[in-house]
Amino acid sequence: MRDHPLVQLTLARMREFYREPEAIFWVFGFPIVLAFALGIAFRNRGPGELRVAVLEGPGDSAVAAALARAPGLTPAVLDSSAARLQLRTGRVALLVEPGDPVVYRYDSARTESRLARLEADAAVQLARGRTDPARVTDERVTEPGSRYIDFLIPGLLGMNLMGSGLWGVGFSVVQARTKKLLKRFMATPMRRSHYLLSFILSRLVFLFVEVAALVGFGWWMFHVGVRGSLGAVASITVLGALSFAGLGMLVASRARTIEAVSGLMNLVMLPMWILSGTFFSYARFPDTMQPFVRALPLTALNDALRAVMIDGSRLAELGAPLAIVAGWGLASFVVALRIFRWR
Amino acid sequence: MRAIHCSGLVKRYADVVAVAGLELTVTAGECFGLLGPNGAGKTTTIEILEGLTTPDAGEVEILGMRWTGGARGRALRERLGIQLQDTQLADKLTVEETVRLFRSFYQAAHTVEEVLGLVELEEKRSSWVGKLSGGQKQRLAVACALVSRPDLLFLDEPTTGLDPQSRRQLWDVIGRFRAAGGTVLLTTHYMEEAERLCDRVAIMDHGRIIALGTPRVLIASLGAEHVVEFALANGAATAPSAEELAALPGVHAVRPGPDRTALTVAEVHRAVPALLALVERRGAELSLLATHHATLEDVFVALTGRQLRDA
Repeated sequence: MRDHPLVQLTLARMREFYREPEAIFWVFGFPIVLAFALGIAFRNRGPGELRVAVLEGPGDSAVAAALARAPGLTPAVLDSSAARLQLRTGRVALLVEPGDPVVYRYDSARTESRLARLEADAAVQLARGRTDPARVTDERVTEPGSRYIDFLIPGLLGMNLMGSGLWGVGFSVVQARTKKLLKRFMATPMRRSHYLLSFILSRLVFLFVEVAALVGFGWWMFHVGVRGSLGAVASITVLGALSFAGLGMLVASRARTIEAVSGLMNLVMLPMWILSGTFFSYARFPDTMQPFVRALPLTALNDALRAVMIDGSRLAELGAPLAIVAGWGLASFVVALRIFRWR
Repeated sequence: MRAIHCSGLVKRYADVVAVAGLELTVTAGECFGLLGPNGAGKTTTIEILEGLTTPDAGEVEILGMRWTGGARGRALRERLGIQLQDTQLADKLTVEETVRLFRSFYQAAHTVEEVLGLVELEEKRSSWVGKLSGGQKQRLAVACALVSRPDLLFLDEPTTGLDPQSRRQLWDVIGRFRAAGGTVLLTTHYMEEAERLCDRVAIMDHGRIIALGTPRVLIASLGAEHVVEFALANGAATAPSAEELAALPGVHAVRPGPDRTALTVAEVHRAVPALLALVERRGAELSLLATHHATLEDVFVALTGRQLRDA
């Protein structure tokens, strides 16, 4: 069993991978660093973090005190030049000039500033004796599932499956070709199918580590849960990994140099990094582009992962995106086998 | 029994004819050398025989079989050991892992211990391939070829770029394989290697075989066993002509070269005093005088008029 060529080839693949520290970082470390950085940068900020400047002058302390009572605002009394500088650089969302009338100075194109203006005005009016006719209470929605990080983690998972599939397979194949190792294997009775399958198998082994690391980190750091079944997530990631391994095989099927294959990889991956809704929703792209965007394998994979992780969908409901992912993989693999340069 | 037979072999690349109608037979148990300068077509020839390159024309028969795809092709590969000229084995696998990987491709194979013993790499078994010296890497490449217990071993320039000691170690490995009854086809551009290892050699140039035979017969074809080389300190003005040199006793042939003149001679003890006397009569002064036994290198030079190394 241990001496079966498929086992030996797969072991060789895995050893070459885990003995390469850079590869470990890019596959396992990098997505976690990215998730951490973006999770922190886009964490759901309470409105309490809106900073508002009050211009120094008569009545400034009264206005500042009124603003401080508003739950969403942090006022600071500043002199004219400091206030304008901070407004211009976005350190404060709004500049309040006390007097009669009270002047609100802000950039109306900034959502934050408009929000600050509404909050500040409400606080100022309240302080001057306005009474609200209706009673209201607030219920904040901050539970897991609706935050940016919940959107981001499945996207990063999809992107990582794409990256490690393409790089892991494509790079190794072309390296074996440039080092004439592929030709050396062709001089043995090795079956070509064993060689190609060994890439798939080693991808599947690392896949579990990769997915567990990212999903585990999301859960531990940001409480990003999986609403659907873990089995469904596993099935989708396996399908995604196979599909991108096929695409990697296709990209590497003819290239003779590392430079050539790197260029091809970026050509394949760049559109998907941008279009496939990893970091922001692809709904932002114009309607005319939507059919193209939805046909990309990463878009379909991200959609399927989000459906399971965020909405708790079952596999049976995801026929369309999964068919797209599988179709890309199958087509790439078949074409790659036909045009593969074995030496 | 014929281990290798090919005839009418032709291979063209774009505008270069790499192999131009080659015919060759290697008997079982023989060590056969393909000799020639870089670009002579040695590698193309050996790779056609190995079934890695498809010839444009010609017939190839290896161990009585023709190259086909599928199961029959694999069955033939089971019986071959192949070392390619510039394979770089994976740097981050150990010696043992590499041998075990290649071993897994064959039905009947040496154990890892046996094959590492054959190439004397036992003490490097858990070193990464990337950390091996050039000679050790080359012995590992040969180990990967020997692991299949081949009947026929192909070696493409196995010792190129190695230091003399590593070269001798590889010669020992090949010697042991032959002693066990194996057949070897090797290419080289080291004449000493061919003379030392090969029962027969074919000298190749421009995709053709220009001489074929045992090293002894080929050298004997020069008509004389020694080569005397000399050069003069004060240049061409006082140099004796080729006719004068050819007329010296015991001189068979004269080959003027850019920096020295070579004489093929039967009897050094007669030719050298005569040469010295001639030089003295001309008032010339020797800057170099050397003699050596004729080698395959001299055969190549005699046949092509070029040195092997810079041909």
